[in-house]
Formats: sequence, C-alpha cells, structure tokens
Amino acid sequence: MTHSGPRTGTTLASVEESGRKAALIAYLPVGFPSVEGSIDSMVELVRNGVDIVEVGMPYSDPGMDGPVIQRAAETALESGVRTKDVFTAVEAIAEAGGTAVVMSYWNLVLQYGVRDFARDLDAAGGGGIITPDLIPDEAGDWLAASGEFDLDRIFLAAPSSTPERLSRIVAGSRGFVYAASTMGVTGVRSEVDNHARDLVARLKEAGAERVCVGLGVSNRDQAAEVAEYADGVIVGSALVRALDSEGVPGLGRLAAELAEGCA
Amino acid sequence: MTDVSEETGPYFGAFGGRFIPEALIPALDEIEETWRKSQVDRAFTDELLDLQRNYIGRPSLLTEATRFAQHCGGARVFLKREDLNHTGSHKINNALAQALLAKRMGKTRLIAETGAGQHGVATATAAALLDMECEVYMGEEDTQRQALNVARMRLLGATVNAVTNGTRTLKDAMNEAMRDWVANVDVTHYVIGTVAGPHPFPAMVRSFQNVIGIEARDQIVDAAGRLPDAVCACVGGGSNAMGLFAAFLGDADVKIYGFEAGGEGVDTGHHAARFSGGRPGVLHGSATYILQDSDGQTQASHSVSAGLDYPSVGPEHSHLHDTGRVTYEPVVDDEAMEAMRLLSRTEGIIPAIESAHALAGAMRVGEELGPEAVLLVNLSGRGDKDMTTAAKWFDYIDEGAVQV
Repeated sequence: MTHSGPRTGTTLASVEESGRKAALIAYLPVGFPSVEGSIDSMVELVRNGVDIVEVGMPYSDPGMDGPVIQRAAETALESGVRTKDVFTAVEAIAEAGGTAVVMSYWNLVLQYGVRDFARDLDAAGGGGIITPDLIPDEAGDWLAASGEFDLDRIFLAAPSSTPERLSRIVAGSRGFVYAASTMGVTGVRSEVDNHARDLVARLKEAGAERVCVGLGVSNRDQAAEVAEYADGVIVGSALVRALDSEGVPGLGRLAAELAEGCA
Repeated sequence: MTDVSEETGPYFGAFGGRFIPEALIPALDEIEETWRKSQVDRAFTDELLDLQRNYIGRPSLLTEATRFAQHCGGARVFLKREDLNHTGSHKINNALAQALLAKRMGKTRLIAETGAGQHGVATATAAALLDMECEVYMGEEDTQRQALNVARMRLLGATVNAVTNGTRTLKDAMNEAMRDWVANVDVTHYVIGTVAGPHPFPAMVRSFQNVIGIEARDQIVDAAGRLPDAVCACVGGGSNAMGLFAAFLGDADVKIYGFEAGGEGVDTGHHAARFSGGRPGVLHGSATYILQDSDGQTQASHSVSAGLDYPSVGPEHSHLHDTGRVTYEPVVDDEAMEAMRLLSRTEGIIPAIESAHALAGAMRVGEELGPEAVLLVNLSGRGDKDMTTAAKWFDYIDEGAVQV
C-alpha cells in the first residue's frame, strides 16, 4: 500500500541511521491559541528539529492531562476548534516535511467514525494515532481500521503495567510504544522518574522494537538523559507553556534546545 | 431472593468496558480480584452484614404512602426508605463496602467524587469509621448549592476540594478524582459512587447496592401479598436504581421505570436526560449513553438536583434501555420540586430532590396503571441537604432573615 505520509517507524529508523541518540517528538493541541496559530506553531516545531509532531485534539474531559494542557484545551474549545481541524494541521506538518500523528481521547475518534477517521488521517498524510484512554483490549475497531490504512497505533505503557500487560501492549502497537515515565498526568516535572528507564527495558524485553518516553520532560538536560535509553523523547506541557508565554519564537527556541538534547 | 441480574461485566451488551489509561489497569484488576474473593469470604460478608445492621440501620423500612397515593391515580404506593440509612441516603451501602475492600487491599487513603455531596459524606463517614485518610472532589457549583454537605464532610475529617475546571459539576469532579488516583494509586482507593466508571465498578457497585431490591422484594410481598406492578427510581449515574432494579429484572410482569433529570425541559437543551437527548459514546471509563455534541465533546448537563446533574449514565442502564427492559423518562425540575412538596405535606417525609424525580414519575405511572396497581418507589435519600434550594424555589425565607 502506498502512503501519503511517513509512518513513525520509518522516521525513527532514519533518526537512528543518522547517528542521533533519539528522535524528538513534540505535542501541541490544535486550536491553541487558534487553529491557524496552532498550525503555524506545529510547522515551527518541524523547522526547529522536531521529528514527529503529536497533533492533540482538545477534549472536554481530558482525564490524563495536567493543568497546562487542560487550560489550552479549554481555550481551544471555547474558540470553536473541531475534530476535522486536526486533518488540516496534519497536512501542514506533512507538507513541511515532518511526521504527524494524532493524539486523541477515544470518544472523539469514535464519534467521527473509527474507519472514517483512519481514512481521512491517511489521506491528510498522518502516520497514526496515540490513544491515551484506549487499551488494546478495547481497540477491536481501531485494530481493523489501522490495519486497513496501514496506520501506526501507539498505545501507552505505564510503570504499573505487569509483564502480561506489556506483552499485550507490544503486540497491539505499531510504530512505537509510548512509555509513560511516571504514574500521573501530563505536566512539567523537575525530575523524570527513574521508572522510565526500567519501563523501557521491560518493554524491549517484551519485544518492543521502539519505545519513546513521555510525561515530565521540559528541558535539554532531561531530554539528553532520556535520549540515552529511549528511541524518542516526547515533550508536551513545556512546549504548550512556552507557546503560551513566549509565542511562536519562544516555542521554536525551546524546540531547538530540546533537539540538541536528543542529538 | 437474590440479585437476578446475570451481568457481571465488563460488558453489558454493547456497553461498559475499560476505556481508561493503561496506568490504572493493574489497580482495576486488583479491585476486581479482591471484590470477587470477598463475595465468597464469610469474614468479609459477615463484617459487612454486621455494619449494615448495626451501623447503617438495615434493613431499611418499607413505608406505605397512603395520602401521597391519592395523587398517584389511587394506586398503592410503597416507599423504600433509603433516606433512613445512616448519613441519609443509599450511598453509604456502597461506600462502606468499598472502604472495607480498600482496607483488604492495604490502601490507607480514600478519594471520591461527589455531586450532591451524599456520596462524599458517605465516603468521609466510612473513612472516619475505618481510620482512613479521605479526600473528596466536588464541583465548585455543587459546593455552593450543597454547602451543608461540604461542612459535614469537613466535620468528619475529610479534605474537600472545590473543582473549578470545565463545567464545575460532577463530571469535572470525576475527572479530577481520576487524576489524583493515577498519581497516588499505590496507597489510594478511588471509591466511585455510582454504577459508572470502568469495569469492575458498574457490576461491583450494583452488588453493594442490590441489598435495596433484595430487601424491598421480600417486604412488598409481605405487605401487599404480591409483587409490585411497577418499580420506580431516579437515575443519575444510576446506583440506587440498579440496586432496586436488579431484584426485579427477572420478573417479566413487573414494569421497571428509571427517571432522569429533565431539567428545564429536554427541548431546551438544559437537562440531564441521556436517553432522550444523548447517544452512545465513551466517557469516564465506559461505553454508555452520553450528552455530547456532534464531535463527541461532552455537553453540560443541567438539573435542579446536583445528584442527577451528570452527562453520562451507568452502562448497565444503557443496556437495559436498548433491550427495552427498563423504561427511562425525563422528569423536569418543576415536576420534581412539586413532588418534593407533595410528599412532605402528605406523608411528613422530606425527600431529596433526586428522589423527588422518582416520586414525580410514580405519580405518572400510577395515573396510567390505575387504582388496582401496586407501586414500589425508591426513596433514595432525605432532603435536609436540599433546604437551601427548596427555600429559594418555594420562597420560604422571610425577607431580611439571615441565618447566624
């Protein structure tokens, strides 16, 4: 099957071949501060060394998110962001040469129609979906649709996951596995938990080809630390905060700094 | 008689499941295992039975409401008096049982979401009794309209957090409790207060509330000489309703009614009638009927009753709705408040505004079924907590009066 956009496995492989320690994966919610503003910001991320952009779809009940992303999501929803706007963002990222994946709470994909979402994401040049509140056990429709359109399905693993759970997650995932570094919600943390290193090792043992680590990374040193043992470093809240307080130039500066950490 | 619902989760037809972050799956597995073992462990069931009898005050009474019945088409009306339980509602049945489970799992801290405050009070009570730490999340709007319950929880030693995100009501309190849980799950048990949330909560909470229906079934057969023609309950998340319904699902001749909050009217958009104005989706861990916009963003619910002001509903109710076994109808604010006043004046019983929705529904059902009918209504809670709302609604506060 031909793709209109790159999948994350290909992107992560080329990062490895280039000799860099890890890929930089950056999250921003579409619609914050506006749809247009968020798309400009995502393109700026690509220009500053971000390999994979996670296009977040704001949701009314973001149970996995801390205050920074909650507030951005509320702002985006108040200004009228719609699910279909993620496809516009994905297209712009693909055009700028980046790899785009969508991060969405499951009900939004479900209401769009799982197969329809997969089809439109593929057509827009997106690589797959990160599903923070969908476990492989509940993902029958998504396994089928992602299979049909050859999209990455990126499930989360947690420090609390048992070996049996990790095997199931690895078996269900494609592209990479998202290792949540800590037990908690999204947000900036002064230290990235030691759990992360252990979890990556356990996932590799369970057969994961590529594992990227998220939750809590906010600066170059933390990125460099995680890049030592992970295939990708995922940053979210710190970038949203930078965009909020320093605008697109501040966002670009932080992205470039994080990219140095991953080099 | 026992709980005849054969549904043990995780799915109820097309509903239920575990739509929740992976990080919480081990905790859910542990809860399920501990719960299932406890159900066949005499030490646990004896301890719970002792607390039900000597602390909650079970069995709760079944009271025939003869004067109120005159407003229900002349049908005989029996009230299951969950309002007489310690702490004033059915919520204690579940909170105490879950607190016992939490102890068995070695947890030292309980957290809970609460709308009207009844579940928060019940959890704070269980924590005090069992010497556990307790933190309750409550939407800011609800802390204002249910201020008395906030004071009760604090007196019981619980920390009450007013949640200021989103719509500032029950759904946002639940989001915040989930965030606390995922960060503190090693020492914390999340006492979900209704038959919603991820598996095993819907089946487990029903199993802790089915004592309502098991008692009521025997009591009404004793009092009326037969099974009722209809059973009625209000449905927010739906725990008092599932607790009552479970014992009657197998009785094909018993009609079952669930009454949702119709708010200002289903056509105004200001309501919490998921089965009239919602459609299937996923929220707070389970697939069920939800009030949502075309994209799937949750819509704000509205009800004069904080306990019914919730845009989602327990997944087993969605299944019972789709199979047609239970009839769900909205009751608007005006009807519920009128039923509250009517029961107070005809029977000397002040119901919670939540329960008043079931009473208003029973008035309709009685009119339809006529004077030969026997109705069983779950009076899920007492109305003391609702005096501020009632006093404003009925204009009972003297001008210039100030409570000191």
